[in-house]
Formats: sequence, structure tokens, C-alpha cells
Amino acid sequence: MAETRVPVERPLSPHWTIYHPALTMLMSIAHRITGGALYFGTLLVAWWLIAAATGPNGYAAVQWFMGTLIGRLILFGHTWALLHHMLGGVRHLIWDTGRGFGPTEREWLVRATLFGSITLTVVLWVVGYLVLGASR
Amino acid sequence: MTMRSPIGRVRGLGAAKSGTAHFWLQRVTAVANVPLVIGFVVIVVALLGRNHGAVVQTLGSPIVAIAMLLFILSVTSHMRLGMQVIIEDYVHHEGRRIVALIANTFFSVVIGLTCAYAILKLSFGV
Repeated sequence: MAETRVPVERPLSPHWTIYHPALTMLMSIAHRITGGALYFGTLLVAWWLIAAATGPNGYAAVQWFMGTLIGRLILFGHTWALLHHMLGGVRHLIWDTGRGFGPTEREWLVRATLFGSITLTVVLWVVGYLVLGASR
Repeated sequence: MTMRSPIGRVRGLGAAKSGTAHFWLQRVTAVANVPLVIGFVVIVVALLGRNHGAVVQTLGSPIVAIAMLLFILSVTSHMRLGMQVIIEDYVHHEGRRIVALIANTFFSVVIGLTCAYAILKLSFGV
């Protein structure tokens, strides 16, 4: 009666390197990368809030850093990552309902989120510079 | 040698023993993040180039402070879940994976409480 059960060799899904690159795949990878970047980007948010709570000198240091070229580049990347991850998240929430998986729909969705994140980032920075100009 | 079949091990609350809690909280915080991130971006843009006094006054006002606290709570919960999945996917060595998972929780909680402390301090002015 006591028979040993041999583990079944189950097929594994091939790794992503086997597939031809597709925009849906790149957007999936971009979603994870932007999420990981935003994770560490929270350090900037924490620094900004702590500086504001500490006093004018600490806050001036944050404002100085954000005004440098490196600071601006990090902020620009942070803006795009945040908007891209947000729109990508909305796309995933749509997919969670089982909708939007058709060949044309999924392509349309990834294009819309990529186009949307780039457009929104540029618009936001134009608005940002207008606000910055008005406050001086 | 286990007597349980593979299907038996994943039934009920599944192999992770937590059921759909991770998946569900990831979605709930994702939905919450959409309006909260938009609010956060509006607050940041409105404060661009403003002096420290104006920033303290705005961040310390009740509506802005509550929106910021909700934003911090939802975002740090969401990012902890997301980083957990990344760690589980890529860190194969069990010891290193456990250390990374603990570090992930520590980082998320420290960021969350640090930001919350700053916002509360700005609100109560102590």
C-alpha cells in the first residue's frame, strides 16, 4: 500500500528573454522599475517634510538642492515615475476586472498610459515653472 | 515526505498562509493612491518656490495635513507590498530574502512614521 509519490515534473513558463520584445512587456517592466524608484524616492518626500518641520535653514537646504541641475533631474524623473506608475496602476485595475485584454485594447491601453505619463509630466513642469516664476 | 498533495497545500489560505490579503491590500491602497497622489502633486506645485513660513502654514492647515497623512499611510503600505513582491521574485537565498523582507518593513515604517511626525509637528506647532 505504501507507495512513494514521485514529484511530477511540471512545465515552467519560459523566462521573458525568450519572447520578442513587445510594448506591453516593456510597460510591465517599466511599472516595476518606476515602483522601485518611487520606493526610494520617498526619502526625498521625508527629507522635504522633516526640513519643513525643522526650520527655515533646513528648508533652505532642500530648496537649494532641488534648484540644482542634479536636483531638478531627480525631481523630473520622480514626477514621470510617479505619473507613469499611477497610470500603469489604473491600467492594471482595469485589467483586474477582466477587461481590456484584446489585442487592440491592450496595445491602446499601454500606449495611452505611456503617452499620458509623458504629456502630464511636461504639462506639470510647465505649470511648475509658471508657479515658480509667479512666486518670485 | 509529505502525505499532502500539491493542490491540498495551496487550498484554503494557500502556500503563503495569508490568502488574498496581500493582493487585496495592494489593490485597495492602489485605488486610494490615485486621488491622494493627485492631491500630493497639487500641494507640491502650489508650494513651489514659497518661503518656509508659507510652506509651514499650508502643510499645517487641517485639510492639507489630513490629505498628506492619508497619502503617507496609503503610499508606504502600498510600497511595502510592492517591494515585498520584488524581493520574493529576485532574492532566492532564503536567509538574504528574510533579511531583505524585514529591512523592507523597517524602511516603510520608518519613512511612514517620519513623514507623519513631521506633518503632525507642522500642524500642532510644537
